[in-house]
Amino acid sequence: MELIQKTAAQLHQLLRDREITAAEITDAVFAQIAACEPQVQSYLALTEESARKTAALVDEKLAAGEELPPLAGIPIAIKDNLCTEGVTTTCASKMLYNFVPPYSATVVKKVEENLLPITGKVNLDEFAMGSSCENSHFQKTHNPHDLSRVPGGSSGGSAASVAAGEAVLALGSDTGGSIRQPASFCGIVGLKPTYGAVSRYGLVAFASSLDQVGPMARSCEDTAMLFSAISGADEMDATSCDRGHRADYRDYLARDVKGMTIGIPKEYFGEGIDEEVSAAVMQAAEVFRSLGAQVKEVSLPSSPHALSAYYIISSAEASSNLARFDGVKYGYRSEHYQNLQEMYVNTRTEGFGAEVKRRIMLGTYVLSSGYFDAYYKKGKAFQSALCAEFDACFADCDFLLTPTVPQTAFKLGENVDDPVKMYKSDICTVPVNIAGLPALAMPCGRDSQGLPIGMQLIGPHFGEDVLLSAGHHYEQATGHQFTVPAIASK
Amino acid sequence: MEYEVVIGLEIHAELSTKTKIYCGCKNSFGSEVNSQCCPICLGMPGTLPTLNKEVVEYAIRMGHATHCTINNVTKQDRKNYIYPDLPKAYQISQYDIPLCENGYLDFMVDGEKKRVGITRIHIEEDAGKLIHAESFEGSLVDFNRCGVPLIEIVSEPDIRSPEEAHAYLETIRSILLYLDISDCKMQEGSLRCDVNVSLMPKGSNTFGTRCEMKNVNTFSGAVRAIEYEMARQKEILDAGGVIEQETRRWNDAKGVTELLRSKEDAQDYRYFPEPDLRTIYIPEVHVEELKATIPELPNQKIERYMTSYGLPQKEATLIAEDVSRSRFFEQCLEGGKVAPKSVCNWLLGDIAKVLNERGCELDDLALTPERLVELISLIDQKTISTTSAKTVLECILDDGEIAIDQIVKDKGLAQVSDTAVLEAIVTEVLAENAKAVEDYHSGKTNVLGFLVGQCMKRSKGQGNPGLMRQLLEEKI
Repeated sequence: MELIQKTAAQLHQLLRDREITAAEITDAVFAQIAACEPQVQSYLALTEESARKTAALVDEKLAAGEELPPLAGIPIAIKDNLCTEGVTTTCASKMLYNFVPPYSATVVKKVEENLLPITGKVNLDEFAMGSSCENSHFQKTHNPHDLSRVPGGSSGGSAASVAAGEAVLALGSDTGGSIRQPASFCGIVGLKPTYGAVSRYGLVAFASSLDQVGPMARSCEDTAMLFSAISGADEMDATSCDRGHRADYRDYLARDVKGMTIGIPKEYFGEGIDEEVSAAVMQAAEVFRSLGAQVKEVSLPSSPHALSAYYIISSAEASSNLARFDGVKYGYRSEHYQNLQEMYVNTRTEGFGAEVKRRIMLGTYVLSSGYFDAYYKKGKAFQSALCAEFDACFADCDFLLTPTVPQTAFKLGENVDDPVKMYKSDICTVPVNIAGLPALAMPCGRDSQGLPIGMQLIGPHFGEDVLLSAGHHYEQATGHQFTVPAIASK
Repeated sequence: MEYEVVIGLEIHAELSTKTKIYCGCKNSFGSEVNSQCCPICLGMPGTLPTLNKEVVEYAIRMGHATHCTINNVTKQDRKNYIYPDLPKAYQISQYDIPLCENGYLDFMVDGEKKRVGITRIHIEEDAGKLIHAESFEGSLVDFNRCGVPLIEIVSEPDIRSPEEAHAYLETIRSILLYLDISDCKMQEGSLRCDVNVSLMPKGSNTFGTRCEMKNVNTFSGAVRAIEYEMARQKEILDAGGVIEQETRRWNDAKGVTELLRSKEDAQDYRYFPEPDLRTIYIPEVHVEELKATIPELPNQKIERYMTSYGLPQKEATLIAEDVSRSRFFEQCLEGGKVAPKSVCNWLLGDIAKVLNERGCELDDLALTPERLVELISLIDQKTISTTSAKTVLECILDDGEIAIDQIVKDKGLAQVSDTAVLEAIVTEVLAENAKAVEDYHSGKTNVLGFLVGQCMKRSKGQGNPGLMRQLLEEKI
């Protein structure tokens, strides 16, 4: 079916021209879900009934001639660590296998207010900890471009569903690369917004000072539309703000790349980065140059230490955030215990997976008295140093260009026994979270095996408009067009 | 050996803000179990705290009242520990940068001025409450209190006796009430304290090892806990033992402290900055604005009552310490119709007696300052006698409607100053008390009082005693 190949912007146009109905779009997406889910396995829960209701409402309003939000009627998948009132929110963990929140995340409410039919809740690495979706308690999601490969993570279900045509848009969350890395592996666009640009209320916390909710889509324009819908200050999230907020980021897409200065941080192109990936990103730099941008080499010398700092800060916060899962009020509770202490211990032993436990232990350790200064405090000091390096770059660069991931999608099972190797998949993305910056991940070609390669555009705080316009110009210049991969479209 | 006790107090006061510290739930006591909570104060996954500004303002006002430095830039931290009444498994508190620090408090103990340093005042959230019901095998949790704002007021180890500790607690309590930031209801747990006690040889400057006592919920409990702990530690030291640094629990029913945990078992709270909340910035101008809202505090009142109104220290203190009593007192003096001493006598005399008997507060009575002034004025104008005034007071304590002159009229309490009427009484009394008259003339002039009494009795208490005395003197 043609409809599943279209972008949200195209579908919006067709809806407005009354060439199709929202019900038809939803039908097409659910038909694709039925066809692909056995292989791709993006979804942990489908909400077909409510999606169809929303679509019907959109059609009704369109028939009545009402002016609707731009994304009304465009089906969206929600990462299963975002709370949805009345619908299970598992974080892909046994610990929350039965958790039905009595409230919705602010971003979910905004999606509903904008009349996007929600198709369901999609897979992730347990509590968003992982880079392959293999840490899900429930299922392994497969990359629609090659089913033997991972879709990336932690927002692997979000990326795979959009790539496979099982959703037109998706919401993901990004703590160290969890939107950008799977977007890169699945050949779609993902935006990790500036820390504070999008409300975190209702996002089950992994690392509160790094987590951001963001859009995943088929084009920069779609990304701009979804970002417009979900961003802005929220009184329920004290860390959110309205600084630099634009009502509609599409209004800035036409902004010329000509005259912009693009920084190429040399540390992101050396050792450990696949040559095909480096070459593709440098090729993209040439495209920007051809559009009239100036390209210059810059340096972020602290970057090699970012991964260590990231695992200290994120694990420290995670150890505290995840301490509340004790089996008392909601979620999983062990059946084997004689007293309260045993109930706590057995519940957490049985309810959490290996990676989550590893990070809780790591985080507890770095916060312990006697170790706090050596680890957590040092990690925070590093954060300030890295921010200063980025600031220095942005003094004369409009944005920075790097690979999103050092390599293309790896095979399922390839890295599961080597956590450090798995962690290295995020080496280009974590510095952005540590500095709280916005970054756009988007496709920039394919490797020799036909797998998507991604590039990352890093902007100054609240510079999303710059990133989206640059990305949009790149898409236009290269004639990039989203297509559902052959495997999934069969 | 003789020892000197060193005491430091940590007071937790629940603030009486309208809503809780991090969510919009009502901050109220005594509601139906688990009726005042929401996903945020229940720490449900994905929820976030947002700071109630009123809490910061209340705490800053307490900081001003205790001469603290206010930290314009401060933050909140997570104190991690697992307990069933703490649904997030961490308490949001303040660790290394408290909102207020380095203050002091002056108060009187046995007529001497005492100064105790205030180490810090910080804001934090209260936890829920465990309920142990007989009908249920396990424990139940009531989360209504979860997220109720608290300030923790930490004193320097400057307190040297149980009496000083008691006076310090009373002073803190009266300030909290004056600032109207806590209802200080001990029975509802809105004021609780932890007590640190150590002993050192008399004359020494080196503090001994301290023990911390938790769960002290009354001021008298604090005094008894300190006394118990002093005795316990003295016994150990006298026997040549050493005090172990411990956290102990005050068992009020048994009147003993019990070991809760030793130093080795001290919890590691793994404090770190709360990432869900932004740094708190308080502009200096706002800090100053809050300073301007600090009312005259009890210590200042005592001095003023003594110097301006001539009240003795004891009376001045009794009035100033009680926020509703002093407000009542000062309202009576507005307009300057009556003497401060008269108002003081009524408040600390007949009225205090009634409050004591009933176990209620001044605010619970229908009596208003205006009505008390009216009553005292009637005495001053000699319209009624003091004795009659007591009868009137009984009527107006609980009835704010009935007119005072109506009571005087109905009960026939008006003082008789009609000389003709009084002269008749005087004549009669003199005739009937020939012995007394004789005594008077032989120099025992103090029988005059007896004669006045007789005249008053005959007038059924309504005769003007002054006039009566005057007439007696003339006619005797």
